[in-house]
Amino acid sequence: MYSKGFRPLAAVTIVTTAVAFALVFFYAPLDADQGFVQKIFYVHVPMAIVALCGFVAGGIMAIRHLRSGDRSWDMRSYVTIHMSIILGTGVLITGAIWAKAAWGHWWVWDEPVLVSFLVVFLLYCVYYPLRFSIEDPERQARYSSVFAIAAGAFVPINFVAVRLAESFTHPRVLSQTGGSLPGDMRLTFLVCILAMTLLFVTLWKLELTSKRASMQLKKLRARLEAA
Amino acid sequence: MIPAARAILRKDLTIEFRTKEAVPAMTLFTVTVYVLFHFGLDRDSLDGELASGVLWVTLLLAAVIGVTRLFAAEREQGGIDALLLAPVDRTALFLAKATALFLYLLALELVAVPTFGLLLLGPDLLSAFPELLVILLLADIGLAAVGALVSALAAETRARELIVPLLLLPLLVPLLIGAASATEPLLRGAQTPEDLGRFLALLAGYDAVFVLVSLAVFDFLLED
Repeated sequence: MYSKGFRPLAAVTIVTTAVAFALVFFYAPLDADQGFVQKIFYVHVPMAIVALCGFVAGGIMAIRHLRSGDRSWDMRSYVTIHMSIILGTGVLITGAIWAKAAWGHWWVWDEPVLVSFLVVFLLYCVYYPLRFSIEDPERQARYSSVFAIAAGAFVPINFVAVRLAESFTHPRVLSQTGGSLPGDMRLTFLVCILAMTLLFVTLWKLELTSKRASMQLKKLRARLEAA
Repeated sequence: MIPAARAILRKDLTIEFRTKEAVPAMTLFTVTVYVLFHFGLDRDSLDGELASGVLWVTLLLAAVIGVTRLFAAEREQGGIDALLLAPVDRTALFLAKATALFLYLLALELVAVPTFGLLLLGPDLLSAFPELLVILLLADIGLAAVGALVSALAAETRARELIVPLLLLPLLVPLLIGAASATEPLLRGAQTPEDLGRFLALLAGYDAVFVLVSLAVFDFLLED
């Protein structure tokens, strides 16, 4: 039932995630001015990166769907966006926790990455009402793909625009996630990104399998009723 | 393609001239929102950031009305089938609808911007020209492209009055950033508007991307 290579992938994901957490708690040094709370960085930032890549990947899969007319690509695009929205919820929650701990506020408007992410998240939330208010399955796939492409193109523009708006008043001297991480922190961070990517792919495959299974079930039911 | 687009545009403009549905509604809406802002902010005159924000948010909300009504005549009277049966490119339909929306927005701004200057703006509106004109034109191009795309996307959904604002407003955030930030120094009465070029470039880039994306994907909408 599972696609080929799912079990090894799941095993690798579990091991990598465990290693990532071990590195976060036992290897990476405590941040000098933020202390323990800075550890949330290793969950928050990889989640944000993977979610954003997922949004863009959903757009690319949608292009493949429209080009080939193969609806399985629409299903892939849908599941990718679905998983990215779930991660996106996590990003906003961990971001708020981090902001509260580090700056004393649950939300800060002068953090352009967080603000851009909120806008992107709000846009992608409309994917569900749009998709599920179209009944004809073929049309549903087509319209959802058009949305996924337009929204995928929107992601980078939005980041540029929000950054422009912020740097207007707050010039950013040092970026929080920039390349200025010390070596052991960077290694931990990279392993965390890898773990989050693997987790995303594993969950994506699982969700895709379940979607396909329920579609097949629906088809069989329809045939049973027709017989 | 161009003759077909022109024919559809002419039809839309004729309908708008006869029914007077979209533009007067949008205009009335903006003036009402100015009144709401007057009481909501409890201010008699605005300038700078507040003025530019109020002006642009009002214009974008008014644009939502125009976008919702963009395919209304076709849907309610069933003309959409005839349009789709006609052996013309969907691109012609996109060009016609986007141009119609662009012209509606220009007509709206012709009234809404001077009214804003009259009712709420502190500094003299004339000093903001001609820069404001360029900002309005660039913003209208982006609004027209995104608006035509969104109205076509929502046209086939069950809850289109719901989908249009939800879809359109987040998509317009970069446009709002560019337009409002570019307008802000002009409404402060600043002699040399700083950063104008940067935000105009942002608006132009936004326009280019969304015109191209809309042209590329429009063929897949409204096809049956």
